[in-house]
Amino acid sequence: MSFIEWIKQPWPWYVAGPLIGLMVPTLLILGNRTFGISSSLRHACAACAPGDIAFFQYDWKKEAWNLLFVAGIIVGGFLAASFLSNGLPVNVNPKLVEEMSGYGITNYTGTVPTDIFNWPALLTARGLIMMVLGGFLVGFGTRYAGGCTSGHAIMGLSNLQWPSLVATVSFMAGGFIMANLVLPFILKL
Amino acid sequence: MEKVADIKDPVLVEEKNTDFEVRSLDAVCINQEEVPVPKWHLIKYMLLGVLFGIILVKSEVISWFRIQEMFRLQSIHMFGVIGSAVVVGMISVFLIKKFKVKTIYGEKVVLSDKKFNKGQIYGGLTFGFGWALTGACPGPLFAQIGSGATVIIVTLLSAIAGTWIYGRFREKLPH
Repeated sequence: MSFIEWIKQPWPWYVAGPLIGLMVPTLLILGNRTFGISSSLRHACAACAPGDIAFFQYDWKKEAWNLLFVAGIIVGGFLAASFLSNGLPVNVNPKLVEEMSGYGITNYTGTVPTDIFNWPALLTARGLIMMVLGGFLVGFGTRYAGGCTSGHAIMGLSNLQWPSLVATVSFMAGGFIMANLVLPFILKL
Repeated sequence: MEKVADIKDPVLVEEKNTDFEVRSLDAVCINQEEVPVPKWHLIKYMLLGVLFGIILVKSEVISWFRIQEMFRLQSIHMFGVIGSAVVVGMISVFLIKKFKVKTIYGEKVVLSDKKFNKGQIYGGLTFGFGWALTGACPGPLFAQIGSGATVIIVTLLSAIAGTWIYGRFREKLPH
């Protein structure tokens, strides 16, 4: 196997996880920045539509590093998908494949299921709920919780913060409820 | 070993922590250099973001299918990624505190404590619902767009709208 073939394979969790964990000390040592991504959504509000809302009245330019970081993520996503991927479908549990085929989801090549996440689907009830309402809940929930997977689950737990453990358990509980109890009905729409 | 309180600057953190979430939980504006740093140095955060985006794609954690697997307990993949990231992060923070590692500008590393409020439960559950629907937390939203799923731009704009609505009504929400 050539190096190119090797790098194009998906990385196992025990390679990717530690690399993600190393973001924490790297950001701290590069300039005292704490790892956290959902803050960028707030900075976007503060920059574009602060209105007279106290929550958005701060100098967002001082947090420009966070916006540059997420801009970098977009570029990194593009580079990895364009040059470092073998284009093979994600290799998930056959039980999930069986369940999803019942909803007409059969294409596993993209990062999202293109059968339901596409532009025309925005006009369907299912697409609207999953993409628009889903996004809304992510933005509202992360800010209400004061962080997301990066700020609470990874940065907060790394710093032994028990409120972050509460938040992480809540994230997981919400996900379990939605995926197992509610999503089956939405996917049938 | 140094106590945590000795490493932080308690005055700095406490003084700015007048709002229960704005400063401490978001770390907004508490992590700035005191020494003058040229603006172009910020480019390093973009480069680090590029690296992070590549890791997100290559590890498949931005895959909607991987998220569904996780919430159905059908695979160890996501738990392994998050779990090992936390372990490495914990060891790193421990070592930074123990050896009083400084930043590249020679400043001490400041970590603020997170204060508990009920938002972490209500907001956490809300985010969990959204996570299972979209198959993405905020970081992966950006990576999915980069990877070619252009419709996720709508999801991202909706997430920004959700953040705005939270800011608009946060005084009325239980915390």
